[in-house]
Amino acid sequence: MNVIVLLALPVVAAILCCLPWRRVAAIVTLASSLAVLVGSVQVARHVVNTGPVVAIPKWIAVDGLSALVLLLIAFVGVTAAFFSWGYLSANSHAPKRLRLYYANYNLFIFSMLAIPVLVEPTLVWIVVELTTLCSALLVCFENTREALEAAWKYVVLSLMGAAVALLGFLVLFAAMQAAGGGNYTWDGLIAAAPKMPTVLLQTAFVLILVGLGTKVGLVPMHTWLPDAHSQAPSPVCALLSGVETTAVLYVILRLLPVLKAAPAAHAEVWAMVFGLISVGVAAFLLLQVRDYKRMFAFSTVEHMGIILLAAGLGTSSARYGALYQALTHTLTKSFCFFAAGVSLLAVGTREIASVRGLIRTSPVAGASLLFGGLAIAGAPPFAVFLSEFSIFKAGLAEGRYLAMGLLVFFVAVGFFGILLHVNRMVFGTSNVDTQPPVRLPASCLAALSVTGALVIALGLYLPLPLHKLLQLGATALER
Amino acid sequence: MNDPLQTLSVLDSLNSLVGGLFLLTAFGIVATRQANGILTLFIAQSLLLAASALALGLRYDSWHLYGVALVNVIAKPVLIPWIIRRTVHEEIHTRREIDQVLNIPTSLLIALALVILAYFLTIPLQRAVAMEFRGPNVPIGFAGLFLGAYTLAVRREAVPLLIGLLAMENGAFFAGISLARTLPLLVELAIATDGLIIVFITAVLIRAVHQHIGTTEVGALTRLKEHLTEDMPEEVAR
Repeated sequence: MNVIVLLALPVVAAILCCLPWRRVAAIVTLASSLAVLVGSVQVARHVVNTGPVVAIPKWIAVDGLSALVLLLIAFVGVTAAFFSWGYLSANSHAPKRLRLYYANYNLFIFSMLAIPVLVEPTLVWIVVELTTLCSALLVCFENTREALEAAWKYVVLSLMGAAVALLGFLVLFAAMQAAGGGNYTWDGLIAAAPKMPTVLLQTAFVLILVGLGTKVGLVPMHTWLPDAHSQAPSPVCALLSGVETTAVLYVILRLLPVLKAAPAAHAEVWAMVFGLISVGVAAFLLLQVRDYKRMFAFSTVEHMGIILLAAGLGTSSARYGALYQALTHTLTKSFCFFAAGVSLLAVGTREIASVRGLIRTSPVAGASLLFGGLAIAGAPPFAVFLSEFSIFKAGLAEGRYLAMGLLVFFVAVGFFGILLHVNRMVFGTSNVDTQPPVRLPASCLAALSVTGALVIALGLYLPLPLHKLLQLGATALER
Repeated sequence: MNDPLQTLSVLDSLNSLVGGLFLLTAFGIVATRQANGILTLFIAQSLLLAASALALGLRYDSWHLYGVALVNVIAKPVLIPWIIRRTVHEEIHTRREIDQVLNIPTSLLIALALVILAYFLTIPLQRAVAMEFRGPNVPIGFAGLFLGAYTLAVRREAVPLLIGLLAMENGAFFAGISLARTLPLLVELAIATDGLIIVFITAVLIRAVHQHIGTTEVGALTRLKEHLTEDMPEEVAR
């Protein structure tokens, strides 16, 4: 029952957001997202301690993998709501637009929460499409020409991918029938997979990989991602980059154990090749970005590639690494976009070339941008380094020397690219007069410090329940 | 007509006819010049999708397919055009010709190649499923999807792009009503609702684009590119 309440809360909050009183929308959003976080932690604890939660058999259930994704969405949902409060009030929008923002925000959270808890693949497809539709108006919230262009590209390309994926899910359903029927759920698919004709499974997988891969931002379907993820308001960017991509990638990962039954379909090879291409292209694009929010967006493409590559490797430690990477990426990337948000508030431009000496203009923004850049690039004390290293170790143990060599090279290029830009922005000497220091909103700083503390903590140690959850998720990917 | 076998074969040929017409509308959406014409073709295509669902429903005595036909008749030919006409009224009735990236004969040739590709791609799929799931729907559905995607690639106006998206979905369903006949009706309903939201959100975006740049030629929106960012005016966050 708890899971259904989790889904209902954001919808109720979205309706309440339309009430015409001042501040009610922001307060309702904060309250509901906090409640969702508490509920998700409970569900995750239940999953770790006693096993999967089934709310409605054949439709809604949560296992280890779903619980992990659920937790990530709920967490960034809270921090981004906090960040929105200060970020939007610093920009003085009309009250009506604010209500619209928060109503959309809650619907977006609802659509994302529904992805991991639904177990019927076609319904999952529908909520993936809903995430696009609910976030489109958030992407163009700034209402500039660029924001509209970004939102338009986002909607058209994502929906185009969704139509391809829909055909994939229908073919998957046909494969299920060809195998003699059964429940059309993730578990039912795995059970029926050995009897499915390989050609149907492969067609379905490729259609879904290409279709949903558009939304994940896999190269070459990534072209909309840097636009949308840079033009949206920063808290929305944190949600888009941090959890939306991960949640959609989760759907693709769900298919990998099904495809295990058809070795001739070479799903692992597809995953690894798409993953490596994404990492490589994103790493080189990182060198030449001119906009720091685009920089973090390209880094998302890179990390999605790493996760997909790791999931495509064969061993259970690699699968564990993939989920670990998803966890660290979500936390660190949301931090990066919060840092980009406060930098934008401090200097008023997104262009890397016109930001110099940020550490002197605004020490908080400069320090957090440096911290975020180091953390997301994978510098040693931070969590992303640990997860990338665990993937690398697993790949080497499996003897994938070429793939791992390329991965390390690309990650190093990406590291260099990010730190080059961040270094210039934070420490470079500015040739323009220093602007008067801006007071950053307290709620933005709260969101930054909570996320930052977690990024540091995860770099030092991984709590046992979280470790167990990752292990449960890795076994769900295996079967 | 009293002979049940004869009825079945009539229904089969009826379905094939509907399939042919469906493909024709997909070609029409690629080639038609005016927004209003494209919308009309989309309505026709959705009705044909419903007709095919009805024919297959009668053929296999499947309540699911009657449901699909009903949902399609209500949502696509009625509600979706209503929303489009309400929200982007002036763009629908414009008489101006919509230019494409390629000229129309070239477009039609490429479209033809895509249909042949769809046919060959679906041969192994057809072999893998049981006899009752085969039929003209699968290759035509794939072709519909490809032609919709092609429309998206060559069009530059917002309304035809939206129709291209919906046509892709129609194509996926045209294959789906044959391949995945027993899909729960709840899913169908949810997908139809989803289609309405797609149209609504896209229409809101189209209006916003229209207000900003005075036209709905979204192909002109090309400011966000890697190498062009230098020319971008300094944008100040408010």
